[in-house]
Amino acid sequence: MAATDKLAIRVEHVTRNYQMGSTLVRAADDVSLDIRAGEFVALLGSSGSGKSTLLNLIAGLDRPTSGAIFAHDRNLAEMSSEDLAKHRSHTVGIVFQAFNLLPRMTLEENVELPLRLAEVERNERTARVREAVERVRLSARLTHRPTELSGGEQQRAALARALVNRPTILLADEPTGNLDSATGDEIMALLREINESGMTIVMVTHEQPRAERFAHRMILMKDGKIVSDGDRA
Amino acid sequence: MKVRDLAELAGRNLREAVLRNSLTTLGIAVGVASLVAMLSLGVGLQNLASERLSRTGLFDAVFVTPRANFEGFGGPRQANPAAAVTAQPLDEDARSKIAALANVGEVYPEIRFPTEIHYEGNPYPTIVAGVPASARGDGAFDGMKGAFFSGPSADEAILQIDLARQLSSQTDSLLGKEIVLRYAERQPLPADSGGGKSAGGGFSIVPREEKLRIIGIVETEPAAGFGGFGRGRLLIPLQVAETLRAAQSNDLRDLLRDTPTRRTYESLTVRVKGTSNVKAVEDAIKQMGFGAFSLLDASRNLSIVFAVFDLFLGIFGSLALVVASLGIINTLVMAILERRREIGVLKALGAADRDVRRLFFVEAGVMGTLGGIFGVFIGWLIGRAINFGTNVYLSRQNLPAIKVTAVPWWMVAAAIAFSIAVSLAAGIYPASRAARLDPVEALRYE
Repeated sequence: MAATDKLAIRVEHVTRNYQMGSTLVRAADDVSLDIRAGEFVALLGSSGSGKSTLLNLIAGLDRPTSGAIFAHDRNLAEMSSEDLAKHRSHTVGIVFQAFNLLPRMTLEENVELPLRLAEVERNERTARVREAVERVRLSARLTHRPTELSGGEQQRAALARALVNRPTILLADEPTGNLDSATGDEIMALLREINESGMTIVMVTHEQPRAERFAHRMILMKDGKIVSDGDRA
Repeated sequence: MKVRDLAELAGRNLREAVLRNSLTTLGIAVGVASLVAMLSLGVGLQNLASERLSRTGLFDAVFVTPRANFEGFGGPRQANPAAAVTAQPLDEDARSKIAALANVGEVYPEIRFPTEIHYEGNPYPTIVAGVPASARGDGAFDGMKGAFFSGPSADEAILQIDLARQLSSQTDSLLGKEIVLRYAERQPLPADSGGGKSAGGGFSIVPREEKLRIIGIVETEPAAGFGGFGRGRLLIPLQVAETLRAAQSNDLRDLLRDTPTRRTYESLTVRVKGTSNVKAVEDAIKQMGFGAFSLLDASRNLSIVFAVFDLFLGIFGSLALVVASLGIINTLVMAILERRREIGVLKALGAADRDVRRLFFVEAGVMGTLGGIFGVFIGWLIGRAINFGTNVYLSRQNLPAIKVTAVPWWMVAAAIAFSIAVSLAAGIYPASRAARLDPVEALRYE
């Protein structure tokens, strides 16, 4: 599905500084960008370029030192921590490089967790979990624990967990970083399929060739700044 | 997050580190058990003392004396509104009027007089005391050898152990034996006796003898009198004591009255139905022109003593619980370190700080609840063991069994509530620390 003209995310002159001992580290330095609804954006850059910091800021896991971040016209920088939690629960879904599934829970319980946090009624949860798990084609593994799943299956489970609350934006931090090449491609294909259903995706990666194959737009960061921003050739 | 989901997640987390959490819960249980054992001992001893004291009849009794027109010991008396009432003789009429008052169960005179008893040809001077039939239920006669009086007019005697030892080194052999009671009987004189200057009336003192059968020996002192003054060593039925018309110390006062042949009592004991009515009966008797007092104040002081006793036992018992609360803090802080990444994941998935805080609170609360319930059970068992040990000792001393510990329902509820409260208080710091965790930092944690 093609991106719409409607803005999903607007980042306005965002700076994020960290104090590391006596040194001030500028992880994001006056970053501005617009992401339209339905776009599949890849944030590229080497380690320490600020791409994960930007993703965390868009996710509402972190707050900017200055500037504004709008998600569907709501400024995250001005939200209370309670509202930021709601933003993470309802507006965005997040997948991580290390999957971050809770090891003592089954796949079904892991996927159900965001529904518990969002206080979704119990009788609705089962259907929502089945829907999300079917979307990532893991229905046969519902009762398995993460240790009983392959890396690709774990990342698909993490994707199902990110999608179960029906967010409008999916944020992925190096989703193929822990996977072999073939499995990584499978996950990327799944992400593109999800994007084609209308979901905005912002993905952090350092794998430029793969990003070029799957994403619509690539933003290159270096030293906390955006150095290039353009559609895939 | 909803309460049920919180409880499920907390339960899952507690099961995850089952050994550590069980040990922490056991620590709380030991603390609660120590508290319950201490308090149950305090409450049990208080119950025991209250029961024993109420059975003595001292706390539902009002002691009535004729109002004397002279100062007693301890200097001038304080102003008393009842002092304006005319002093009345404490005679049979007064006894009937007092008996007719509301909530009065029984009125009987204090009869004790000096005597000389003869046993196997030897004289033994002692004091006789009349014992009402209602004294049968008093704790003082528990564990006595032999039996209580067979009837109110039976010519029977119960010996206090000191007197029994004087009579025979084999005190048990005295049961069923006869003694002769020699006493001074008061006999009224004709109105014209005494010569020209006589005010008329009066009485003479005549020596008398009465045979009594020894039916019991008691080790306590049921007729000790106040402060042990005039201890009655030979106990006889009150009705028998009254019919003997033995001369008593107030007879000289009777002789000086206008009606010397009309007998008065030195004091009356009024048994009131329920301790709550004692004050009203006491006031009514004072209004009738008699002196009256009760031991309610002593009872109140006893309650204060036990309240302080319970307080100190509670403080000592709580110390273990305070130590256990440090265990909760330690366990939960360790859990935060271990579950740092999980807390980050929860926050990334939409958990608010409040949810994380409540999750740790529920975990502390669950440990407190389980520890409280288990601790009450252990405390109850300790109480039973104390009771058992005490009664084994008492039975070896040939004493009746008693209950020195008690775990009433209010204590069960209070101990569990206290355990939960202490656990939640201990959970405040770890829960706040977990809630404040930076999710980005937490997710980076390996």
